[in-house]
Amino acid sequence: MSKVWRYGDHVDTDVIIPARYLNITDFTELAEHAMEDAKENLVENFAAGVTPGDYIVAGKNFGCGSSREHAPVVIQVKGIKCIIADSFARIFYRNAINIGLPVLEIGKDVEQIEAGDEIDVDMAKGEIKILNKNITITCKPLPEFIQKISDCGGLINYVKGE
Amino acid sequence: MGMTMTEKILAKHAGRDSVSAGDLLVSQVDMVLANDITGPPAITEFEKIGRPVFDKNKITLVPDHFSPCKDIKSATMCKRMRDFARKHEIKNYFEVGRMGIEHALLPDQGLAAPGEIIIGADSHTCTYGALNALSTGMGQTDIGAAMASGTTWFKVPQAIKVNLVGKLPRFVRGKDIILTLIGMIGVDGARYQSLEFCGEGVAELSMADRFTICNMAIEAGAKNGIFPVDEKTIAYLEGRVTDRTWEAVTADDDAEYSQEITMELDKLVPVVAYPHLPENTHPASEGGSIKIDQVVVGSCTNGRLEDLAQAAEILKGRKVCDGVRMIIIPATQEIYKEAMRLGYVDTFIDAGAAVSTPTCGPCLGGYMGILAAGERAVSTTNRNFRGRMGHVDSEVYLASPYTAAASAVTGYITSPEEVMK
Repeated sequence: MSKVWRYGDHVDTDVIIPARYLNITDFTELAEHAMEDAKENLVENFAAGVTPGDYIVAGKNFGCGSSREHAPVVIQVKGIKCIIADSFARIFYRNAINIGLPVLEIGKDVEQIEAGDEIDVDMAKGEIKILNKNITITCKPLPEFIQKISDCGGLINYVKGE
Repeated sequence: MGMTMTEKILAKHAGRDSVSAGDLLVSQVDMVLANDITGPPAITEFEKIGRPVFDKNKITLVPDHFSPCKDIKSATMCKRMRDFARKHEIKNYFEVGRMGIEHALLPDQGLAAPGEIIIGADSHTCTYGALNALSTGMGQTDIGAAMASGTTWFKVPQAIKVNLVGKLPRFVRGKDIILTLIGMIGVDGARYQSLEFCGEGVAELSMADRFTICNMAIEAGAKNGIFPVDEKTIAYLEGRVTDRTWEAVTADDDAEYSQEITMELDKLVPVVAYPHLPENTHPASEGGSIKIDQVVVGSCTNGRLEDLAQAAEILKGRKVCDGVRMIIIPATQEIYKEAMRLGYVDTFIDAGAAVSTPTCGPCLGGYMGILAAGERAVSTTNRNFRGRMGHVDSEVYLASPYTAAASAVTGYITSPEEVMK
């Protein structure tokens, strides 16, 4: 069963991947430090406990701070299926789209999703189902241009295809 | 309908007569920047595209974060960037010895000018808005793609108008203005938006103040911060931007803003942002019970000559308090040399401070001033997130060079007025 990793507001890129590890160029090795400085990590270690297909659900302004793309990359390497947040910081959001990591910005509806919930996300439909609560949250589709980048599997493929 | 400064720059670079907030467009860029952390992965993305660089004169590479290299891994990253620069004959590659902290270096080298678009794989690229440029941070994939295409996509941001009025009090500087503003609107208060500064109070601000203010626009979540051009901007650009003409942009009277904020400069006081968010702003005068272990003056936010002058003004004839380590980092070689000529470096060393070659080092917890568990620093840098300067249980308090130096003297968070009275 996929797990929801639940975080609060303003999760910054320094806690997602601390700069002290940014001299590591192997992203698989780097991902072992994903979310290492988040205070939630004191309760349960993300890098050790996460399994592919899990979700990150967070509050406002997820990914604020540095432009380091290492932040969405380590989350992607750990197999997170989608990050769902009240809102995202703009550089993180852009970086996630560019590398093909699904992100959904759903505003206050995010408060309905709690740690331990079982959820299912249909990106194409823009639907999040909270299975154990029988709740369906619908979200706005991505703008067409952004969707195109996403469909190409990220920006590099998009630019190559131009 | 009228346009903001940011909208005008985007319209021109996208070849359109007008744009409005929310439009998605593809735009030419005038400069593409990366550093030793973001450069190597940007190069990897660039190489996947399999095209030559779009213009070897419009890419700037600066090894400043872990450089002079702190370990073998960072040396390997710097070597990769250096090799790339040689192979592609990148004109603006700055080696150790000529290198400075990128966001102090580019303007000083004339690599940013009014009306231009500069994108960089570093979030503090927004600094050049002080020169009436549209500059913003992006990730390495965007930067790798732009190194090949010379273009990028933008969503035209809404804008917040920040009207500055009145006169600045004696020890209040740009850092206090931007920290106060972030305290008012929050770390996501300008998310996806542009912060456009205007009003009679702009004339009060030095270029260093304006760089500091735009530098921290990202800490309010903004895409960019931007100032209009005045005599001070023109004086700064003289002798720096010599190889091309530039055209300043002004906001139309009927430009649309999502919000208008007025800041009365006379009412501001020196402030400090407490851990762990830049929005946790408090008057410096109220921090007297907070004991500190380290003070850092430097970074892309506050490592300019004027910042060092302010620290020197406080430290002249005084000593760094026993039990406090003070580290001062001039942001570029030019600034370092001027600081020596003007006697600031003597003042710092006589006071018991360490002076370093330019590096981002401690700001991001890289090296050259890392904190142990339980330690506290007052720093002129830009972020006070958990673990930013070292151990996850250390604390960073953000302040101006005046306040940082005053705190170094007393060993507690201290307002400069207190030390200088």
